Amino acid sequence: MVTEEVVDLSRLQFAATAFYHFLFVPLTLGLSFLLAIMETTYVMTGKEIYRDMTQFWGKLFGINFALGVTTGITMEFQFGTNWAYYSHYVGDIFGAPLAIEGLMAFFLESTFIGLFFFGWNKLSKREHLVITYLTAIGSNLSAVWILIANGWMQNPVGAEFSWVTMRMEMTSFWDLLFNPAAQAKFVHTVSAGYVTGSLFVLGVSSWYLLKGRDLEFAKRSFRIAAAFGFASALSVIVLGDESGYAVTEHQHTKLAAMEGMWETEAAPASFTLFAIPDDATRSNRMEIKVPYALGLIATRSTDTVLPGINDLEKHAAQRIARGALAVVALEKLRAKTADEATRLLFETHKADLGYGLLLKKYTPDVSQATPEMIAKAARDSIPAVAPMFWTFRIMVALGFLFLALFGLSFWFSAKNTFMEKRWLLKWAVWFIPMPWIACEMGWFVAEYGRQPWTIYGVLPTHLSTSTLSPESLYGSIAGFMFFYTGLLIVELFLMFKYARLGPSSLGVGRYHFETSTRPAHA
Amino acid sequence: MLDYETLKIIWWLLVGVLLLGFAVMDGHDMGVGTLLPFVGKDDVERRIVINTVGPHWDGNQVWFITAGGAIFAAWPLVYATAFSGFYWALLAVLWALFFRPVGFDYRSKVADPRWRSAWDWGLFVGGAVPSLIFGVAFGNLLQGVPFHFEDNLMPVYTGTFWALLNPFALLAGVVSLAMLVFHGANYLMVRTEGAVYQRAKLASLIFGVVMLAAFAGAGVWVSQGIDGYVITSAVDPGALPNPLDKTVELKAGAWMANFAAMPLLWLVPGAGFLGGIAGLLFARMDKPVLAFIGSAVAELGVIGTAGVAMFPFVMPSSSDPRSSLTAWDSVSSHLTLDIMFWAALIFTPIVISYTGWAYRKMAGKVTPAFIQANDHSAY
Repeated sequence: MVTEEVVDLSRLQFAATAFYHFLFVPLTLGLSFLLAIMETTYVMTGKEIYRDMTQFWGKLFGINFALGVTTGITMEFQFGTNWAYYSHYVGDIFGAPLAIEGLMAFFLESTFIGLFFFGWNKLSKREHLVITYLTAIGSNLSAVWILIANGWMQNPVGAEFSWVTMRMEMTSFWDLLFNPAAQAKFVHTVSAGYVTGSLFVLGVSSWYLLKGRDLEFAKRSFRIAAAFGFASALSVIVLGDESGYAVTEHQHTKLAAMEGMWETEAAPASFTLFAIPDDATRSNRMEIKVPYALGLIATRSTDTVLPGINDLEKHAAQRIARGALAVVALEKLRAKTADEATRLLFETHKADLGYGLLLKKYTPDVSQATPEMIAKAARDSIPAVAPMFWTFRIMVALGFLFLALFGLSFWFSAKNTFMEKRWLLKWAVWFIPMPWIACEMGWFVAEYGRQPWTIYGVLPTHLSTSTLSPESLYGSIAGFMFFYTGLLIVELFLMFKYARLGPSSLGVGRYHFETSTRPAHA
Repeated sequence: MLDYETLKIIWWLLVGVLLLGFAVMDGHDMGVGTLLPFVGKDDVERRIVINTVGPHWDGNQVWFITAGGAIFAAWPLVYATAFSGFYWALLAVLWALFFRPVGFDYRSKVADPRWRSAWDWGLFVGGAVPSLIFGVAFGNLLQGVPFHFEDNLMPVYTGTFWALLNPFALLAGVVSLAMLVFHGANYLMVRTEGAVYQRAKLASLIFGVVMLAAFAGAGVWVSQGIDGYVITSAVDPGALPNPLDKTVELKAGAWMANFAAMPLLWLVPGAGFLGGIAGLLFARMDKPVLAFIGSAVAELGVIGTAGVAMFPFVMPSSSDPRSSLTAWDSVSSHLTLDIMFWAALIFTPIVISYTGWAYRKMAGKVTPAFIQANDHSAY
């Protein structure tokens, strides 16, 4: 029997390794397209400086990409190592997009990234440009398939439970593919990557401008980043809203938690700008509300009611009670002691099976579940409010600050006066880490907000793990911490080293450290 | 839609194709990594060795990732049971693989010889450890693994990590390590010249012989000393997969039964020996491209032999034989197998063709002059 400790440790390990992996993904997504834009300019204008830009930012891209690959290996196998029951229960659906990701996208990206770095002298200009685009397309296609898989965890469409095989089975590949949750997530996530890549180039270029180094190189990089970043910051907000809209349709619990909405309000509900949510008293202190705003944003209507936490819990309790019947019937079916009535009972309540499984946390024999257990399980069905409420607001606030930064950068770059706006350049430098914070907050909202489920409404988290000992998990978590900390130190060391060296690291003899008296080695 | 039974057989073959693709492509990278500290004596030589696989290792590694993903999609019970059961072995593989992307990309970005030497050994670990462990894993599969399913099909592994390191499994590990190093040495001969070439040639001759000897030894051991498994209940290959719906028994010589029933299958281990011998002879005759093809054929033979001997078993259970996973009852649904079959059918040839294009574009010997000319951009 899997203990609660093992479940918590498995979650900790998965969350830590996934958050860590996503430190490297957004820069890959964004920078790959910026490289393609720079190289396109090079091929169209023939100006060497754009080739230098592609190669220099490509070098930083490579330092980041290496860790993206390293930490991605963990992700592909961790479902099997630590989430064995999950892998069995939903592998029929969830495995397919992961495998197709490998075949269709990751091969493309990884094969051509090698030619991107090594093919400058072996490929024609046009061939190399095509390679750069294929790398960018590959990395973004990767995101498509991963988010189709993740979207299905949030909104499990196109699948049905089979009691014979004791798992979920795919009924429609197209439903999986065109899952609205996945579509909205994809565009929101890649836009966030574009913002990250743009802010990285914008910030590092600003640093050169502030230092008065490699001005032509930095100005051109700044302009490209400002334009691409402005478009991306707009898209991340608009499509974030789309993503939020998708949330409201499929996951009322997530929305209620991230809005701290305890009671159902008359439509359209108000938006809580600030509050201190308290899970113990089930209320908010110091609320500042904007009337009607949430209802209008989230439902795009004036009369759709958004259920509050208390009502959602009542609803969950009903589904848990019905689900318990399905669980008991299923166990009889599996033991081959079921009669026709049991089978019918199972079919009737199959839709609530996942809710019934929530009771397994409190009793192995669901037929013995007490009303207290049902109440506890219903309470579990809502994620903790305060962390959801705050991480969501930090992400949104950062999103608007990105829009402001890129808006101003784009404006002053159009007027060609950004070089003199030292406050803007400093802002850009200090803001380099912020997109990473926003991305991680976004993932927190999406995944913590999915609790207590791994597959929303289908499979509870506490049933999803492997049968490992706590010692194994302490050991593997310690190992991951050891390796990942070491790798992060090395990565940051190289990133800072090469960002400081700037285009001089290319060794072409045209840049700051090469033209000044001090020689530099890369 | 193809019928379920056919798809189950196709997927058994496709997993084999992916494993073979991994051995042929990522295998030579890992062999090169294992040989790196020994065939490259100074920094320039080591950079030559690294740059023979520099543009390609990343794409090649995707064979490993994709094999993992495909097993998840096509054999979810195998993915769940094997990876959680072999927890520490798989983590050792993953952690060893960590050294590769960073080793390749970061090594030559700092000039300090201690830094470079540390990453060289990192690349050695990233090549040698996974090569060894994959063989050890196969060695354990052939002997059966202690696991069972609970009523809800939750897999429970009851063995320990140390039990995986038994004598037969270690011999299988030697087969796989020697095979990939042999293959990597042949690749190095294709892409280098001078002293590195001569050392790679020596490595090819040594590890080719080791592989052949260990493979023969393992073959004798399996035929004489290891009990195989047989399904004793009626088999309906087209049935809905439920691993608990059968009875299985341990039986002496059962792993030889497929060869006895279909003598044509002897061609598979035959390919292992003939490919290995041909690889050795061609390496000796300084025909590295043919030697590389020879070692690739040997990989086909060696991996195929393990698969054919066990078919339809994929992961037999030694503690609760009826829980054994087979190609009939550890698979995905009919629809998923069908969709994944078409995805593999469309994309695998595309992948192979652009990989081939990439190798052609980067073909030629990696020389000291190349390293000098690309000091700032090469690995």
